[in-house]
Amino acid sequence: MTTPPDQGELTVRFLLNGEPVAVAVPPHWTLLEVLRYRLDLIGTKQGCDKGDCGACTVQLDGKAVPSCLVLGSAVDGRAVTTVEGLRGPTLHPLFDAFDHAVAAQCGFCTPGIVMAAEAYLRRLGRPVTRAEAAAALAGNLCRCTGYTKILDAVVAASERLHGAGGG
Amino acid sequence: MGDGGVIGRAHRKVDAVDRMRGVARYADDLKLPGMLHGRIKRSPHAHARIVSIDAAPALALPGVHAVITGADLPTPYGVIPWTPDENALAVTKVCHVGDGVAAVAAIDEDAAIAACDAIRVDYEVLRAIYDPVEALAATDVTINPYARAGNLSKHVDLAFGDVDAALAASPLVVAEEYFFEGSTHAAIEPHCALATVDGGGVLTVWSSTQVSHYLHRELAKVLGWPAHRIRVIQPPLGGAFGGKSEPFDLEFCAALLAIRTGRPVKFLYTREEVFLAHRGRHPMAMRYATGFDRDGHITAVDARTIIDGGAYSSFGLVTTYYSGQLLGAPYRLPAFRFDSTRAYTNKPACGPKRGHGSVQPRFALESQLDQAAVELGLDPIELRRRNFLGADTRTVNEFAIGSCGFLECLDRVEAASGWKARRPALPHGRGLGVAGSTYISGTNYCIYPTELPQAAVQITLDRSGRARVFTGANDIGQGSSTMVAVIAAEELGLDLADIRVIAADSDLCPVDLGAYSSRVTLMVGNACLAAARALRAKVVEVVAARWGIAPGQVSLVERQAIDQTDPARRVPLTEAFHWAEAKHGLLTAAGSYDTPRDRHGAYRGGTIGASPAYSFTAHVAEVEVDVATGEAQVIAVWAAHDCGKALSPRIVEGQIEGSVYMGLAEALMEAHTVDGAHGGVVAAPSLLDYRLPTALDTPAIHALIVEHPDAQGPYGAKEAGEGPLHPIIPAIAAAIYDAVGVRLRRTPFGPPQLLAALQARAAREAAGALAPHKGRALAEVR
Repeated sequence: MTTPPDQGELTVRFLLNGEPVAVAVPPHWTLLEVLRYRLDLIGTKQGCDKGDCGACTVQLDGKAVPSCLVLGSAVDGRAVTTVEGLRGPTLHPLFDAFDHAVAAQCGFCTPGIVMAAEAYLRRLGRPVTRAEAAAALAGNLCRCTGYTKILDAVVAASERLHGAGGG
Repeated sequence: MGDGGVIGRAHRKVDAVDRMRGVARYADDLKLPGMLHGRIKRSPHAHARIVSIDAAPALALPGVHAVITGADLPTPYGVIPWTPDENALAVTKVCHVGDGVAAVAAIDEDAAIAACDAIRVDYEVLRAIYDPVEALAATDVTINPYARAGNLSKHVDLAFGDVDAALAASPLVVAEEYFFEGSTHAAIEPHCALATVDGGGVLTVWSSTQVSHYLHRELAKVLGWPAHRIRVIQPPLGGAFGGKSEPFDLEFCAALLAIRTGRPVKFLYTREEVFLAHRGRHPMAMRYATGFDRDGHITAVDARTIIDGGAYSSFGLVTTYYSGQLLGAPYRLPAFRFDSTRAYTNKPACGPKRGHGSVQPRFALESQLDQAAVELGLDPIELRRRNFLGADTRTVNEFAIGSCGFLECLDRVEAASGWKARRPALPHGRGLGVAGSTYISGTNYCIYPTELPQAAVQITLDRSGRARVFTGANDIGQGSSTMVAVIAAEELGLDLADIRVIAADSDLCPVDLGAYSSRVTLMVGNACLAAARALRAKVVEVVAARWGIAPGQVSLVERQAIDQTDPARRVPLTEAFHWAEAKHGLLTAAGSYDTPRDRHGAYRGGTIGASPAYSFTAHVAEVEVDVATGEAQVIAVWAAHDCGKALSPRIVEGQIEGSVYMGLAEALMEAHTVDGAHGGVVAAPSLLDYRLPTALDTPAIHALIVEHPDAQGPYGAKEAGEGPLHPIIPAIAAAIYDAVGVRLRRTPFGPPQLLAALQARAAREAAGALAPHKGRALAEVR
């Protein structure tokens, strides 16, 4: 059962979507469990709980990781960005591209894919090809789309974010 | 069509942004105050009698609130009302590894796991059978506790015309055996259910189901709880593909434990449990003989099929019929016979997976056609054209076919793939293959006898100029909520953003039978169209009266009512709605749809597989074979699909692309098997071990929409979600033959089988029994 707070929960302090947080968590919980069960960040999905599907992908210090393979206690002092961190007054270009292309069918894998794609595009800082996008997203499974429109959307977003005149 | 100009445009989906941004709450995203966590203890044995269950050690643990066993839910159920042969939890015996034997509710997940571990179950292990032929022959073992006849689940034997005489008179008979391996849906969202009971005794169940209505019925039956005091809500769903189309143990367990504890209870399957729950594609062993005349016309088809059902019936009665009944198109079969037998085995039950029951036989039949084309020296596309069934006709098994764009599908993939010029020029190791298929747009008959309509939609207009659409339809990601919004917007002259869709909540929405058999666009679409047109008539009539013109002279478009005789005269729709509400009161209308009942034969079983309208598909696959490794890589797929009318083309493309991907995965990689040498465990119960394609493994998929509107569909629309899966498997097999000259007749076409086939061919070439394929001896290329 859950370890009661007075019997060994750890207080983990980290930067969550740009805001400092401190949260007491059982030491065996994964980052996925901390996000979903303690912080109500439901955009990070659990698909397999063992690092196979990528639905729980978040960014740890800017790099895409499956949050089910990271212990909650291991993010102490680090920066975690979840899909909720991409919200803003206007639709992020990746969301807009996914919506325009109808790249989300059931949408369950999409937050994880968007987080993986965002980290990749930010790292490259230039438009990407379909083949590059496919390699970057090979850790994220989708069962609905055949990836076709997902790759369309990632390429389109990369052009908008980093294309000619887009910096 | 309406005036809205919405149909056939490229739409954004009404619900996609919330899903992708992590705002939409799927079943596991729901949390209620005081909620307990449920878990099911599962059998480690493939076949065993339950001697005793001792829950006391579990109940003694801190945080454990309740334990239930099969004795608490003894009423058997089954999604097909004629075959109720499973229990929510095993009552007397377990029939496969993973059968549930007890369920717990505890304060958190860890406590629930500890409680399951503490429950003591004594089993008397029984002989388990994993092979359907062995099961059918066994006289000492009865697998399913409710089986009526040994291990026979269902047998269907139907004949149309004189097959034996036709085959005897045929100059060419292709006779072969095929095996289609089982596969599973592997939706990324695991099954999840949450239940609670309010003070008035209303049981609410949120479930990741694709058939709320059947769940509602079975909950009432198994729990003995009146249906009017059960509310079933389907939250946004994370993929289904047929894998969530019947009730599962967790829904009954969540409901009963909520009743027992007075607290909300949630169950979430682990990924391993999803593989154990299964209900995926049936393994089928198929023996086919197809006769041809010298010009390549089919003379007869004779099909014998053994279907491995697993431990329970699921939809198996229908599967057994579909394994033959859906072969009647798109080719003209002068005579046709099928004999299909579904057996129980000690494995997780098979059920409906996208293209239910007809993907396997389609692989066999199309493979026969490809082989015949080679033997007759015909182009395989030409052979298919010669056998075209036609539109507005009847199949040999008496299904009424309406529109049929199959020839155009063939034309489109032939042109797009460069078939004529490229196929003869491709080198050894590269090949193109073609295949065709048909599928249903829903079934004419509900799975239980009823005179009630199959679908209904209510629409209400509100004073802010919006429409609220209430539908029981389950949006499983295929876009059904967007589909009804598109129809409402088209008829009412509104923008998609003005349509609020309230779906799949049994307290708020009229009954719909669910998202299965590709029924939703045709049936729910027709119901929505009827409701929208009734409302439109009310609005138009009031506006016309105000303006002193005929109702037919009023257009509703782009949020305005416009006088067609004087386009400068127009009024915002919000105001027009006010005028109409002032006259009629609240603006609301209902539309219902029921199926035609005269489009099938009168013989027993003739209704099963009969649909209001049929879709048609043709694929060309391009494959490259590495003769050193036996690896077949699909380079590209061209998929042309006649969906009647694409109400929302990007969504239709997405259905085609997703279907091609899913079928391609079955052709090359996927296998849901149990390991009989290790006690019947599921062999690959994770998303790593169960191999499925990533973005890197998926080829370019070119979706080509073909539109032959059908009189039965809304604006002519037919299905698009399942038909486009069928041809890819035989198309890849044909492309492998074209590439390297070997026929693969078992899925998946992985390296072990392909390499063995190449070695066998090389040996025959070396012995002089076979001429080199494409002029290159295998010994030379290897």
